Amino acid sequence: MSELSIDREVDRSQMQVSNEIAITIDKMNKWYGTFHVLRDIDLTVYRGERIVIAGPSGSGKSTLIRRINALEEHQKGKITVDGTVLSSDLKNIDKIRSEVGMCFQHFNLFPHLTILENCTLAPIWVRKIPKKEAVETAMHFLEKVKIPDQANKYPGQLSGGQQQRVAIARSLCMRPRIMLFDEPTSALDPEMIKEVLDTMVELAEEGMTMLCVTHEMGFARQVANRVIFMDQGQIVEQNEPEEFFNNPQNERTKLFLSQILGH
Amino acid sequence: MSDTNAQSVRYVRDTILPQQPPPASAVGFIGWARANLFSSWFNSVLTVISLAFIFYVLSGVIPWVFQSVWNANSLSECREVMVATWGDTHGHACWGVIKERWLQLLFGFYPPELYWRPIVALGLLLVALAPVLYAEKVPSKLLIVTALYPFVMPWLLWGGTIWAPLMVMAGFGLGYMAYTILSTKIGSLGAIIAGVLVPIVWWLFLSGAVASALASVLPLALQSVESRQFGGFMLSTLIGVVAIGCSLPIGIFLALGRRSDLLILRALCVGFIEFIRGVPLITLLFVASTLLNIFMPPGTNFDIILRVIIMVTLFAAAYMAEVIRGGLAALPKGQYEGADSLGLNYWQSQRLIIMPQALKISIPGIVSTFIGVFKDTTLVSIIGLLDPLGLSNAIRADAAWNGIYWELFAYIAVLFFIVCFGMSRYSMSLEKRLRTDHR
Ligand SMILES: Nc1ncnc2c1ncn2[C@@H]1O[C@H](COP(=O)(O)OP(=O)(O)OP(=O)(O)O)[C@@H](O)[C@H]1O
Ligand SMILES: [Mg+2]
Repeated sequence: MSELSIDREVDRSQMQVSNEIAITIDKMNKWYGTFHVLRDIDLTVYRGERIVIAGPSGSGKSTLIRRINALEEHQKGKITVDGTVLSSDLKNIDKIRSEVGMCFQHFNLFPHLTILENCTLAPIWVRKIPKKEAVETAMHFLEKVKIPDQANKYPGQLSGGQQQRVAIARSLCMRPRIMLFDEPTSALDPEMIKEVLDTMVELAEEGMTMLCVTHEMGFARQVANRVIFMDQGQIVEQNEPEEFFNNPQNERTKLFLSQILGH
Repeated sequence: MSDTNAQSVRYVRDTILPQQPPPASAVGFIGWARANLFSSWFNSVLTVISLAFIFYVLSGVIPWVFQSVWNANSLSECREVMVATWGDTHGHACWGVIKERWLQLLFGFYPPELYWRPIVALGLLLVALAPVLYAEKVPSKLLIVTALYPFVMPWLLWGGTIWAPLMVMAGFGLGYMAYTILSTKIGSLGAIIAGVLVPIVWWLFLSGAVASALASVLPLALQSVESRQFGGFMLSTLIGVVAIGCSLPIGIFLALGRRSDLLILRALCVGFIEFIRGVPLITLLFVASTLLNIFMPPGTNFDIILRVIIMVTLFAAAYMAEVIRGGLAALPKGQYEGADSLGLNYWQSQRLIIMPQALKISIPGIVSTFIGVFKDTTLVSIIGLLDPLGLSNAIRADAAWNGIYWELFAYIAVLFFIVCFGMSRYSMSLEKRLRTDHR
């Protein structure tokens, strides 16, 4: 909810939206029993976009983003990720998951493995990369998130912010083309929020396609090229950040913004 | 701290008094006893009562153990010695029975000139276990011994031609070959089916002929020993080790099956687990000893020890499955999602992420089950196998030792205690070693 988490200039030179399509979602619907969680979701994501998804609790943000990584299923409509149609075919699912990285609110690191092993596991087993190369890649990304010296510790020995950065590095080791974030900072203290956001900004500066569910409106203003507002399972409004914050169209968006920005 | 205080606080002590030793009443045995045993009147009363109880028990047991008769060939001889030495027969052990029968209690009626075979089998067992139990200290090359042990151990114990275990091994080899050759040609499902069928056909129809042909060319064989000659602690260990070794993997698969989304698989696993847990082990053992023969084609000789091992294994596996399911249920959902989101498939995430953690959580329960299984092997005496308890009955049937109980049971108890206590200590050290979560 803070506005001041990023205190440096964001370098926008590499942030270019191409007209290549990364994700298309077409009239997607999902139910939990009789509860209609996602209603007629239509969304096209171009490569290089940084999209922030906001909305009140229970509006279906997590469900939507988890569907893109096939952690959930949908009942109606069509979703294509990186040219692959998401169905219940296991081959497709594994392919998409190894192309799409995901970071969770509670990090979901593997506590029985060291930081380095956390990062090399999937490259070795899924990508079948030789161990030596996987270790090099892992160290590269751990350096990038600024914790190479913790490589041989276990997740339980790290602070929350460090754990979340490890989680980001772990996803990056799979060389994903799209990164999904589900409230990556909402389990963290303010000081740690900043370090995680910094990492995410750097990622954006390198041109990564990102979809972030977050309440960090500072991040949305400075990094996102599009903000999506969801309520009750629908995309209610989407716009560029400036327009979205200064000139919201929908009543529900106005209410949400006034609550979250505290005025 | 003191730096900053020095400027703002008017009086600061500038010499630090040396530390003094604590008063004698707070250190040493007296201090310890005061803090731990006599801290309140209630605590003191408990301490006194407990000490009295311990003294009472030891004053009975210690003379029994140590004021005892070792050199006697029968219970009546023992009694004569006791009366001559201490004036009465009460409160003195007659270890003569152990001196005479300790080997029998260990090996049953196994031919004494072949005792080296079970001993070698036990030694190899320790070598085979070492790379599993102490993975980081023992070179992993020793795992070859572990892999060969299931084939070597039966051959050592039962003897017979060396070709029999080699044929069994060959079956696994053939199955693996069939799988690798066919998996590139007809896809994985067909290859798996072939990999299962080929060895079965081999074992049922071909291996016997090949083995006897090879045996006629090169008759390498150990003298064979009948199952009914097996007995004593060796039999308990045999049943216990095989049941423990097989029940863990079966239990893992049952636990996974019980949590699976596949309806029929889940129903089968639930049915199996609940059935086995709902029936006493003794019932299953009776089924093994009598009923199974009814279902077998007449004339087949299905070894009784093998039948018992299968029953004990299934029994242990059902309990194991529930223990492991507990461990699986304790894992947060995020671990599954973390593994999924990285693109690990079902078996990879089970093997690399889920099972290592679930098994670690379940170590106390798993080892309890192991210990329980090992002690339950004494139940086979009920169907006439001569485990240590069965043997103790047989020994009492001898006129010389009629009426001797405590000494035999004490010896058996010590044997079991050593093994069970060892397992328990190992599990504790393993838990400590695997503690990485630093919660
Ligand atoms: N497994 C489930 N079974 C039934 N209902 C569910 C399930 N998971 C989520 N829901 C419901 O679906 C709705 C959307 O959930 P979702 O987690 O997507 O919300 P969200 O927008 O991420 O909320 P938050 O900001 O609190 O994380 C909620 O009302 C939730 O109660
Ligand atoms: Mg959510």
